[in-house]
Amino acid sequence: MPFITSAIAEKNQYDVIVVGSGAGGGQMAYALTMEGARVLMLEAGRKYDPVTETPMFQTPEQAPLREAGTSDKRFGFFDATVDGGWEVPGEPYVQTRADAAGRFDWWRARMLGGRTNHWARIALRNGPYDFKPYSRDGLGFDWPISYEEMAPYYDKVELLIGVYGTNDGLENTPDSSPGCLLPPPKPLVSDLLIAQRARKLGVPVIAGHRAVLTQQLNWKTSPARLHPGNPTAQKLIAADMQRRAACFWATPCGRGCSIRANYQSPTVHLPPALASGQLDILTDAMVHEVTLGKDGRARGVRFVDKRTAKQRDVTARAVVLAASACESVRILLNSKSAQFPNGLANSSGKLGKYLMDTVGSSLVGQIPLLESLPPHNEDGAGGGHMYSPWWLYKEQLTGKLGFARGYHIEFGGGRGMPSLGTAAGLEWLTGGSYGAKFKEDARRYYGSFVGFSGRGQMIPNEDSYCETDPVVQDQWGIPVLRFHWKWSAHETRQAAHMQKTFAEIIEAMGGRVRGHVETDGAKAIAPGGRIIHEVGGAIMGADPKKSVTNKWCQTWDVKNLFLADGAPFPSNADKNPTLTIMANAWRVADRILERMRRKEL
Amino acid sequence: MDRRTTIKWMLAASASVTSLKEPAWGAGPPAPLTTAYVPTTKGYGTDPKLLQVYRSGGLWPLTFTPEQRRTATALSDFIIPADATSPSASQAGIVDFLDEWISAPYETQRQDRKTVLDGFKWLVDESMKRFGKCFASLNEAQQRAICDDICYVPEAKLQFEKAAKFFARYRDLTAGGFYTTPAGRKDLQYVGNTPLPSFEGPPIEVLKRVGLA
Repeated sequence: MPFITSAIAEKNQYDVIVVGSGAGGGQMAYALTMEGARVLMLEAGRKYDPVTETPMFQTPEQAPLREAGTSDKRFGFFDATVDGGWEVPGEPYVQTRADAAGRFDWWRARMLGGRTNHWARIALRNGPYDFKPYSRDGLGFDWPISYEEMAPYYDKVELLIGVYGTNDGLENTPDSSPGCLLPPPKPLVSDLLIAQRARKLGVPVIAGHRAVLTQQLNWKTSPARLHPGNPTAQKLIAADMQRRAACFWATPCGRGCSIRANYQSPTVHLPPALASGQLDILTDAMVHEVTLGKDGRARGVRFVDKRTAKQRDVTARAVVLAASACESVRILLNSKSAQFPNGLANSSGKLGKYLMDTVGSSLVGQIPLLESLPPHNEDGAGGGHMYSPWWLYKEQLTGKLGFARGYHIEFGGGRGMPSLGTAAGLEWLTGGSYGAKFKEDARRYYGSFVGFSGRGQMIPNEDSYCETDPVVQDQWGIPVLRFHWKWSAHETRQAAHMQKTFAEIIEAMGGRVRGHVETDGAKAIAPGGRIIHEVGGAIMGADPKKSVTNKWCQTWDVKNLFLADGAPFPSNADKNPTLTIMANAWRVADRILERMRRKEL
Repeated sequence: MDRRTTIKWMLAASASVTSLKEPAWGAGPPAPLTTAYVPTTKGYGTDPKLLQVYRSGGLWPLTFTPEQRRTATALSDFIIPADATSPSASQAGIVDFLDEWISAPYETQRQDRKTVLDGFKWLVDESMKRFGKCFASLNEAQQRAICDDICYVPEAKLQFEKAAKFFARYRDLTAGGFYTTPAGRKDLQYVGNTPLPSFEGPPIEVLKRVGLA
């Protein structure tokens, strides 16, 4: 009976409560249940099944407004996200500034699996520098762990979820252990042209790393590497690996995947965890408080059962928050008591501090060489086949660039399924054609555009944080978050550098930049929260006065309370955070299991 | 929004039409200090049925009067006429799409509603003024005479500036509607959205054309 009601959850005995069902919560629940722990997972959104709900082959004319994004479905009608967005019904938040440079937009996905349902599947490892940024350049904070401590968990996550890519031996761009990566898909013609021209400029171009099965997982040898000495877990995961199909080179990953060829928590982490019999899942459960026992330990959590609008309590030996960085912080800030008047686990006063997103900036070019190409299928793996890792580490360290941290480049082009925008905005190329000429122009320019998106590291600062608002509450009366945000020159200069680099690559391809190259970094940078990579707010560290958790993401103040999402990240590398959230969650799960075995929890 | 197939969205969001696929940042009014979801009356909501096939007029009432439909048909077909490869915009059902679009309760579409309906009115008035007939009754040379004045915003005379902006938006919407139909996809020779046993990358003749083989 894996999906249960709150009445049953209240009566049951659990080892661990996991709040959240996305990358962190999914990985945590998987790792704990496969090793025998009894887990209750609470999810604020509804039950969601990608196998039966994904609009795989639907075409735009079958959707309202040809699939256009609206305030109800921000990333288009067929995007996997339901009940989510930068605005969520009944769940406001407060921004202290409204302008693009000072606001933070908070994306939430209230559904089983959260954001893992629609993410881009880009799965990059943090490198050694990314764990020790302060030691390298004196800015931000070091992690209390090293790359070497995380590396085995990156291996395990890659083996479990399936990530394609190559080992290229580049600086701060780690190789995986043998057998961990799946072969990358063949590049598109636009990838090959970008690679050829960018390399002349010194920009490396290598295979992308994405959580998509380019072939079936290795169910014969991987299970033993994932769960050594645990034949039950090996059998469960071997069976589930065989049920996941390889990519069939069609349909966008952002809709989700009914054949389970890409990673999303409800198709990869949760099925084997449920099959273990150790996992109960309660959806529509809006957790807002960690409850404390008289011994100063967490008793469990309190939540609003959205189906009845009633408050409920559940208990366990340990509590793990993986509700997403800001939501986990919100739960802790709202867990006030005489002992913790400023919120739970906040004796350092650092709860909510050092919120980070990713630096983002984009530019599009039109490439005459790619015009009117012979028709061929370029759907591919439903996302980037190649990318450019950061390449100017040495120049940066000597201070030549004027900003301290790097970015990677995600790019793409090709003859994907025509959308509303495919033949829109062509005036700058056509001089305003109509009639037969317009139809010729549409054919000529289709597939001739390439887009570049920079994804860069933000350094944590004192002015980017969240706290609870003293007035505003959500529809259940739970105090909401209030965000403060500020970019430093390290980020805005980096965004300007992205624009310059993209323009150089476009020119090197013989192309033309669409729009203009934004040299003012403050205008080139996307507002906070728009890249949806927010991490921090409850950072881990070596000093209880300066951090919220220790290296095991165990709060300094409450010994049986852990964090397993992006909240404990002391830095936000240019690498997209999801893979690191999963690797870290597994690492924390192993620690919890070890302490439980020693009866310390 | 990474996540996401950012590149696809970025390519889809044209320079002049920021709101077709994804809301733009940087431009527009500042966000309110309290960011709350305001339900869109008669919208499809945040959890619509994704596997259902939707038809124009199925979710919200349509707008076009018979006269507006005639103008829409004439202008859409002027922009995308039938040729040897594919049908005209109206033959592909684009007038129904445009009606659905400008009748939708969302912000972008509400703005387009005003742009399009004001634009139609201008077009009919201008046609009457120049030729004594409504736009739909003009011959092609007469339609061309008017549209040549408004088809390219950067070169439109001051008195045609607003009409030129309407034309640009209308052309984008017509093209957006047309190339998202089976006929439009066939016209562009899109060959995907079908399962393949393997992905082989570009054929050799493609690589040769680009100088990569």
